[in-house]
Amino acid sequence: MNRITQKLLGLVSGLSGRPGGAYNIREDSRCAGRQNSEHIRIEQKTDKPGIDIIVRAGTRGETVYIPACITHSAVDDLVYNDFYIAEGADVTVVAGCGVHTEGEADSRHNGIHRFFIGKDAHVRYLEKHIGTGGGTGKRIIDPQTVCEIAEGGLLEMDTAQIRGVDSTKRVTRARLERAARLVIREKIMTYGCQSAVTDFEVELNGTGSGTDLVSRSVARGESKQLFRSRIYGNAACSGHSECDAIIMDGAEVSAIPELTARHVDAALIHEAAIGKIAGEQIVKLMTLGLTEEQAEAKIIDGFLK
Amino acid sequence: MIVLELKGISFQTPERREILNEVGLRLEKGKFIVVTGPNGGGKTTLAKLISGIEKPSGGRIVFDGRDITDMDITQRARLGICYAFQQPVRFKGLTVRDILELAAGRFLREEELCGYLMEVGLCAQDYMGREIDASLSGGEIKRIEIATALAREAKLTIFDEPEAGIDLWSFNSLIGVFQALRKKGKSVMVISHQERILAIADEIVVLADGKVVRHGPKAEVFPTLLGEQKQSFCPRQEERI
Repeated sequence: MNRITQKLLGLVSGLSGRPGGAYNIREDSRCAGRQNSEHIRIEQKTDKPGIDIIVRAGTRGETVYIPACITHSAVDDLVYNDFYIAEGADVTVVAGCGVHTEGEADSRHNGIHRFFIGKDAHVRYLEKHIGTGGGTGKRIIDPQTVCEIAEGGLLEMDTAQIRGVDSTKRVTRARLERAARLVIREKIMTYGCQSAVTDFEVELNGTGSGTDLVSRSVARGESKQLFRSRIYGNAACSGHSECDAIIMDGAEVSAIPELTARHVDAALIHEAAIGKIAGEQIVKLMTLGLTEEQAEAKIIDGFLK
Repeated sequence: MIVLELKGISFQTPERREILNEVGLRLEKGKFIVVTGPNGGGKTTLAKLISGIEKPSGGRIVFDGRDITDMDITQRARLGICYAFQQPVRFKGLTVRDILELAAGRFLREEELCGYLMEVGLCAQDYMGREIDASLSGGEIKRIEIATALAREAKLTIFDEPEAGIDLWSFNSLIGVFQALRKKGKSVMVISHQERILAIADEIVVLADGKVVRHGPKAEVFPTLLGEQKQSFCPRQEERI
């Protein structure tokens, strides 16, 4: 592992060195370290770049780390990671990607993740994206996540992209069976000329399935954001999506919700709010002794916390 | 010793409607002053002018011996002016702990948080992690606003209609909050119509039509007040009675 990877790992995964338990660290399209645990096996794919993460039935409370780091310009990384989570398992997956460029050429990480979540299994998926370095080359991260959640399964995705990523297109597709649930919390901040696209599509196929998709974002400078969510209610189910954005400077934010109910007991809701920071919020914090700039920073920090 | 002096303070809206007309007021340090008067008389504007949210169109404001007329909100807050809003502001993402720590200007230990929240009848365990967003009721957020004012430990605290939107139980504890501030010798200005708050004042200021129409010890002002306020709200009320 080189020095930049170590720094990026700290930023995206909170790691300071190699973790205990199962992990796979990807550095510039190569494996920089891998370890299995008693219950979690990580295997190299043979037909394409990537790994299979296999979690045994009944695994409880383990965390598997699979961060990816790009440490220089002119890297075009494509990886396919498949997660097989067996019945009743309860695990945390810490993914995340850091892209560092110093040169003029762009670098890109394109991670295609597929989750096969077994009956009554529970996965917490933490994903943080960050860009660093002073190069003019763009830092691009385009993750795709495809989830199939079996009866009673639960996937909680917590994703954050706070700085340094010039372009991102995040595509998430999910199919849920009976009583399965998908909860997504997304936080994005863009600035300068950055662009971020979020594209969720969830099919609620089983009776009692449900999803809750919440995106909070801040768009500054001349950046552009697009939030698109599609929920299909194909059974008696509940779906909620929410896009809450703070817009600043000359930025642009679009929210495009789409709800389709194909069952009389499908309860689907979408909420979207885009607006600037309320002046009264800044004034309130100034009456507590903060400057206008400090108040603005505090409001944004809290909003994206 | 005078903590706050308003010298000929006037305020007009951008449409040139006169809200305050050469208001003069001297508040003594450590006193509990209640400002009352009819709605639209300029009370909230007065509080906003003292805290710097609005700028006067004429006159000077002196706080703790310094002319603060040209200072901004932040500078005044740092000098020790605290303003508890009539309608508290909601923040997505900021928690009760966050706002109390911002008010105190430092990290607060759990027992300190507990102390401020207990004073307004809230349990710290239940509330310190709560976001100050739409999930809080009007009464809850009002109590948090008052706790925030307490955490400031300011030289002068202005409460703008603290009783608005809170239930009877909270109202009783609110009176307790004010009595505790008096005991500590804090200078407090409360904008209120509430008889029970007026009853614990050292001094009462009556503001009507943008002017101070009366200012004196509670014993002098309070007995005359009820009739005047009725008249201000509805001039024909007494005729009907």
